[in-house]
Amino acid sequence: MTKPLKIVVLAKQVPDTRNVGKDAMTAEGTVNRAALPAIFNPEDLHALELALRLKDSNPGTTVELLTMGPGRAADIIREGLFRGADGGILLTDRKFAGADTLATSYAIACAIKKIKPDLIVAGRQAIDGDTAQVGPQVAEKLGLPQITYVEEVFSCENNRIAVLRRLEHGVETVEGKLPLVLTVNASAPSCRPRNAKCLMKYKHAKTVSELQTQDGDYIEFHQLRSYLNIPEWGVSDIDGEEEQFGLKGSPTKVKAIKNVVFQVKESKKLSDADTDMESLMKELIANHTIG
Amino acid sequence: MNNIFVYCETEKGKIADVSLELLTKGRELAKQLNCKLEALVIGHQLLGIEKELYAYGADIVHLADDERLAPYRTLPHTSIVVGLFRDEKPQIALFGASSLGRDLAPRVSSALKSGLTADCTSLEIGDHKDTKGNEYKNLLLQIRPAFGGNIIATIINPDHRPQMATVREGVMRREKLAYAKPGEVKMLDVNKYVRDEDFVISIIERHLEERKIDIKGAPIIVSGGYGVGSRENFDLLFELASVLGGEVGASRAAVDAGYADHARQVGQTGVTVRPKLYIACGISGQVQHTAGMQESAMIISINSDPNAPINQIADYSILGDLSTVIPRMIKYYKANSK
Repeated sequence: MTKPLKIVVLAKQVPDTRNVGKDAMTAEGTVNRAALPAIFNPEDLHALELALRLKDSNPGTTVELLTMGPGRAADIIREGLFRGADGGILLTDRKFAGADTLATSYAIACAIKKIKPDLIVAGRQAIDGDTAQVGPQVAEKLGLPQITYVEEVFSCENNRIAVLRRLEHGVETVEGKLPLVLTVNASAPSCRPRNAKCLMKYKHAKTVSELQTQDGDYIEFHQLRSYLNIPEWGVSDIDGEEEQFGLKGSPTKVKAIKNVVFQVKESKKLSDADTDMESLMKELIANHTIG
Repeated sequence: MNNIFVYCETEKGKIADVSLELLTKGRELAKQLNCKLEALVIGHQLLGIEKELYAYGADIVHLADDERLAPYRTLPHTSIVVGLFRDEKPQIALFGASSLGRDLAPRVSSALKSGLTADCTSLEIGDHKDTKGNEYKNLLLQIRPAFGGNIIATIINPDHRPQMATVREGVMRREKLAYAKPGEVKMLDVNKYVRDEDFVISIIERHLEERKIDIKGAPIIVSGGYGVGSRENFDLLFELASVLGGEVGASRAAVDAGYADHARQVGQTGVTVRPKLYIACGISGQVQHTAGMQESAMIISINSDPNAPINQIADYSILGDLSTVIPRMIKYYKANSK
C-alpha cells in the first residue's frame, strides 16, 4: 500500500506578458505594466494538474498551493481551489518585496519547512521573468533533489517516483526518492477546468485581510467555515533570517531599466496588390536576396 | 584566483556550441579584466577535450572525470562546481542557458548565495555607483530583456561572487583564436567534492533526438506569429519557405498556441537568427521576438494591422492577408526566377 502524500504546488500570479495589446502600450511606445491582466502562471497550472493526478490515483493525498505576492495573489489560491486543490497559503509581507529569485526561494523554502510536504511541484518558469531559477533554488535550500522539465509521471509508489523529463534534445526517464522537488514543463498535460462543486464550496474563500472590508454577518458566516480561510503568512510566521528576505536578501540588483521603444526606420509600405508583389519579388531577385 | 570560469557541457565527447560561444565571450571579458579564462568540464573519458578548449581561449582547463558523472545529473555536478568555486573564487561564472545549464546554475547560485541572471543577451564590463555613494569598479553588466521582452534590464551583482549568468545558444558569436596556445589541464579529485548521496536520482533511460530542425543556419526564414491563426495555416509558410529555399520560424505566441514546434521559436526564449531575409507573417513584433531576429539583413513584414510594431523595424511592410500575399509572392517568384 502506498501512503497518501502531502503535496505542495508552487504557483505565481503574473502579468500576462504574452499578449501585450494596444491598450497596454503608452503613448511613448512602452508597456504600461499596470494595464496587463494578472493571471495564474501558465506552467504552474501544469504543475497543479500533475499534483491533482497524483491525488486522483492515491486517495487521501492532499494538494496545497503556496504562493508569494501581494494580497491580490489570493486569486491564485482560489483558482487552485476551484480546480481541485485542498488548500493554499499566501506568503505576503512588505519585507518580502524586492526579492530576486534567491530571496524568493529562501522565503518559499522557509514556508515549506513549516508545511513538511512529501513532494513539491512547481512550474518550470514564470512568464514575467522566464528565469526557471526558483524551483532548483528552493530544492537546494531544502537540501532536496530536484527533477526539472517533467512531462509525465510514470509511477509514484512506496516513496519512489519515476518521471519523464523533456530536454532540448531528447527525453530522459529518471527515478528518485521522495521528498523532492519537481518542475513541470508546458508539454505536460493541461490543467483541468474549474469544477462546479469546488467553485460552490470555495467561492467565498478569503484571507483575513480580504475579510476586513466585509460586514459582521459575513465574517461570522466565514468563521463558521474554517475551510474558507486562506492563511496569510508573513516574515514572523516562518522561521528565517530577516536579512535573507526581500531586497536585503537579493544579491542581484537592477542597475538600469530601459523601456523598449520601437525605433522607426525607413520602411517601404506595400499593398497586397499584384503589381506591388511582382515588383517586390523582382527587386529581391535582382539584389540577390533570394534566388 | 578571481578568474572567469565557463562551465562547458559535453555530449558524447563533443563540447556544446553554447559553451564555445561562452568561451569566446569569456576570453573578451578576461582580456578587459586582465584575468585568466578557465573552463570546467565534468563527465567521463574527457582527456583530449582540452585542445578544443584551448582553441577557444581557455588558459586553464579543469577536468572532473568519473564514469558516474556522465550523463549529467544535477547533484554530483552541483557539488563539483560549488566545491571548485569555493576553492578558486571566480569573479565571473558563465553557463549555457540550456536544459542542463538552467538546471545546474540556479542550484549552484543558491548554494553559494550569489546572484544569477538568466538568459543574458549581452555581457559587458562597467562601473557602478549606488545610491549610498559606494563605487564598484569592473562589474559584470548582465543585460537581458525582462517582462516578456518589453523592458531591457541591466542587472549587477555588486557584493557577491561569482557574478553568474546564463546565455542561450546562438546569442554570442563563436570564434576560434587565430593562434591558440596550449594551456594547463588540472584533473580534479572527484571524491573530494561528491558524496554518495549525490547519486540518489538514477537515470533509467535516455533518448537523444538529433536536432532535426535547425533554423539557425538558414539563409531565409519565413516566420509566423499568433496572427497566422492555426497550425494548418502554417502550411502556407512552409510552402513559401520551400520555394525560396528557407526554413520556417515562429514567434513564442505561435508556439504557445501550438501552431509550430518549439524548435522553430525565434526570440529571447528561442533561438537568435541572422538570416539574409526574414519574412515575418502575422507577427506583432514584441521585443521578446525582435530580440532574436532584428539583425537580419532584410526584414519583410506581412500583417493585416498597419500599426503592428514589427513594421517599424521592417524594410518592407506589406499590408494584407497572408492567404492573399503568400500565394502571390510564390507566383511572382516563380515567374521571375531563372
